[in-house]
Amino acid sequence: MGAVVGTLTMQTKQRRPSRDKADDDLEMTMVCHRPEGLDQLEALTNFNKRELQVLYRGFKNECPSGVVNEETFKQIYSQFFPHGDASTYAHYLFNAFDTAQSGSIKFEDFVTALSTLLRGSITEKLQWTFNLYDINRDGYINKEEMTDIVRAIYDMMGKYTYPVLKNDAPKQHVDAFFQKMDKNRDGVVTLDEFILSCQEDENIMRSLQLFENVI
Amino acid sequence: MAAGVATWLPFARAAAVGWLPLAKKTMPKPPVDNSSRSDEILYVNVSGVRFQTWKNTLDRYPDTLLGSSEKEFFYNEDTQEYFFDRDPEMFRHILNFYRTGKLHYPRHECIQAFDEELAFYGIVPEIIGDCCMEEYRDRKKENQERLAEDTEANEAMDAPLPPHSTPRERLWRAFENPHTSTMALVFYYVTGFFIAVSVIANVVETVPCRPLKGSVKDLPCGEKYQLAFFCMDTACVLIFTFEYLMRLFAAPSRCKFMRSVMSVIDVVAIMPYYIGLVMPENEDVSGAFVTLRVFRVFRIFKFSRHSQGLRILGYTLKSCASELGFLLFSLTMAIIIFATVMFYAEKGTKGSTFTSIPASFWYTIVTMTTLGYGDMVPNTIAGKIFGSICSLSGVLVIALPVPVIVSNFSRIYHQNQRADKMRAQQKVRLARIRMAKKGTTNAFLQYKEDRALGDRDSDSTALCVKNRSAFEHQHHHLLHCLEKTTNHEFTDEMTYSELCMTESVGFRTSRSTSLSSQQGAQNNSTGCCPRRARRRAAMRLANSTVSVSRGSVQELDTLHMKITAIPPQTRSSLNAQLEDLKLNCGEQDFSAAIISIPTPPANTPEESLPPSPAPIPGILRNTRATAYTHDKIKVSSL
Repeated sequence: MGAVVGTLTMQTKQRRPSRDKADDDLEMTMVCHRPEGLDQLEALTNFNKRELQVLYRGFKNECPSGVVNEETFKQIYSQFFPHGDASTYAHYLFNAFDTAQSGSIKFEDFVTALSTLLRGSITEKLQWTFNLYDINRDGYINKEEMTDIVRAIYDMMGKYTYPVLKNDAPKQHVDAFFQKMDKNRDGVVTLDEFILSCQEDENIMRSLQLFENVI
Repeated sequence: MAAGVATWLPFARAAAVGWLPLAKKTMPKPPVDNSSRSDEILYVNVSGVRFQTWKNTLDRYPDTLLGSSEKEFFYNEDTQEYFFDRDPEMFRHILNFYRTGKLHYPRHECIQAFDEELAFYGIVPEIIGDCCMEEYRDRKKENQERLAEDTEANEAMDAPLPPHSTPRERLWRAFENPHTSTMALVFYYVTGFFIAVSVIANVVETVPCRPLKGSVKDLPCGEKYQLAFFCMDTACVLIFTFEYLMRLFAAPSRCKFMRSVMSVIDVVAIMPYYIGLVMPENEDVSGAFVTLRVFRVFRIFKFSRHSQGLRILGYTLKSCASELGFLLFSLTMAIIIFATVMFYAEKGTKGSTFTSIPASFWYTIVTMTTLGYGDMVPNTIAGKIFGSICSLSGVLVIALPVPVIVSNFSRIYHQNQRADKMRAQQKVRLARIRMAKKGTTNAFLQYKEDRALGDRDSDSTALCVKNRSAFEHQHHHLLHCLEKTTNHEFTDEMTYSELCMTESVGFRTSRSTSLSSQQGAQNNSTGCCPRRARRRAAMRLANSTVSVSRGSVQELDTLHMKITAIPPQTRSSLNAQLEDLKLNCGEQDFSAAIISIPTPPANTPEESLPPSPAPIPGILRNTRATAYTHDKIKVSSL
């Protein structure tokens, strides 16, 4: 009977479990980063004010804290390639954007990279691409790095392709690439070799112009 | 620097005049202030609701969005105002913060939405005023817990089987989640049945049956039908042993499994039988053997694998360990006190039942729990007084920890209910996402088909029939670039499986459409799956018009679909084609949307608009501030 009385007098307030760690998490609020002024950014990049505004609004919507971390980056990028797995390539892209290797991309990094890629000179674009391929940033692209990149690209295609994706397709692709790029046949591609070989190739030159006026 | 201090700076500087007489050296020159000091009214337009405030008000907190130069990114030159595409209701609170210096939390708002707004405007939640801080923290903690529990529940159950799992892993998974395969389900029900049979047999064994012929005494059924009961017991124990050994074999970590509660229960349930087998049939030991049979009742605990409610009960008791401990401790204290008192109060009486303090324990317990058997009753007046005090205090001591235990049980039970509902919802949601993904793929394949047709016919009006948004075109261009890079093309699942089979035969020569050329080479495709032929036919019908992807998209709930017209300043060879499209097509329509896989915390699908089809993430959304005439936003409700 005592138990019955106890139940009847029970409060309905939920019991709060004592987890003090959660308090600490609440204290550690978001890292907020504010970009440099509009004028400075306009001077730094090849965009005008309006374009920067458009870019920033989109950026801010996706990442209100002002920085993108790798997870969010991968998620955003994967949305465009629902067929396959874009996370590996997104990882390499993230490292290329994150020039300071800080683990997060600020708006300035983002916009400078976009400026190079969309409005930069041919050499700048090629330089950026070389940086993307050179995973360990040692100034040389070797076969392993290239294979990783190419495999990541092929992963984005997904499973259902025509012709059916074979396991050694990336490797063949890399061999063809090295055939073209590695002039002195030393097994690595340097920046100069890269730029030189690309300039010789008509297709590459033409496609670099393709994304000029994308904004 | 704390927020709001900026407004006090002029005061502090003026107060520095007091140092001047005391200074030994001359003061440094003040900094030149170039910015205009006159105050002006700023217009802030939040989704159409216009707010006006002084510039100074916003400058009070320079480390927030509105107080810093970051707001210049949102300045609209044409309308001379700052435009934010956010919730105007929430903005009211944000602006009040600037005005009054105190941030309040609106109770009717969702905590996550509020947090997002705060993050956007760069305001740290810590400055919420005391009046609302408690509520805010409570709700935030509750929300976080709920999300954490949900993710745990999601991960624990129903994780799809990894593609290369050994039979051992599959077996373990079958044991843990019986509803994953039919065999597991059958096994689950069979073991349940045998547990019930075993328990009932144990119970019926002791019921007195009619005596044997030629005997007077009533016999328990166990002894009358000894053989029958023995056989039943053997069968049950065999099944339990088999089950236990299988679980032991399949367990990923055998030591951990052997230490777990369920395994201990299993062992205790079957041990008595084996001990009984090996023990000799002599009279001395059989007494101990009878005691061992008591442990057979533990088989009933095996039901906890089958019953969710039992598990919840067990989990509740475990989580309330501290309350139970407290209850036990206080009860023990009270029992000892009252037993001692009663013993000494009743010591003198003749024929008193209170023979010793331990004997009084029984009286105290019976009285405190308000049972009152009446086998021990105080006779002296002092005894009666203390007896009544004992009874009253018993009610109090027991009533205190019980509500805590009950509320814990309620919380865990509801959490469990919610987990089940979430799982069901998740299945539906995943199904929708799969459909949406397929819609995207089909849209892209349709686009390729159109390009192929377009190359041949060069008839732009044909393109007009397939109404597609600029976003879609650019996205498809991006996918097309990827195809060209890798020299492989995207197909859908059906064609892929066909290709796998017909590759050696080399049936396909032209790859113009995956859909219309399915008429050919049907012969050997029905080999393994006649079902596939049916699905393919359905796909053909489905993909013949773009309208179906529209239909499939309209089925999808909680989707935002947005079109914006192409801004007039973009010009690329690609967009020129689209502009023709715009001129010819009167009405824009949408056929597919990019949907993100919802990550558990953020379950809303998003879509973003890349203006650049380059293989770089253009995370952009064309703002609605600039006037686009063909904007259409459709939101399907849940």
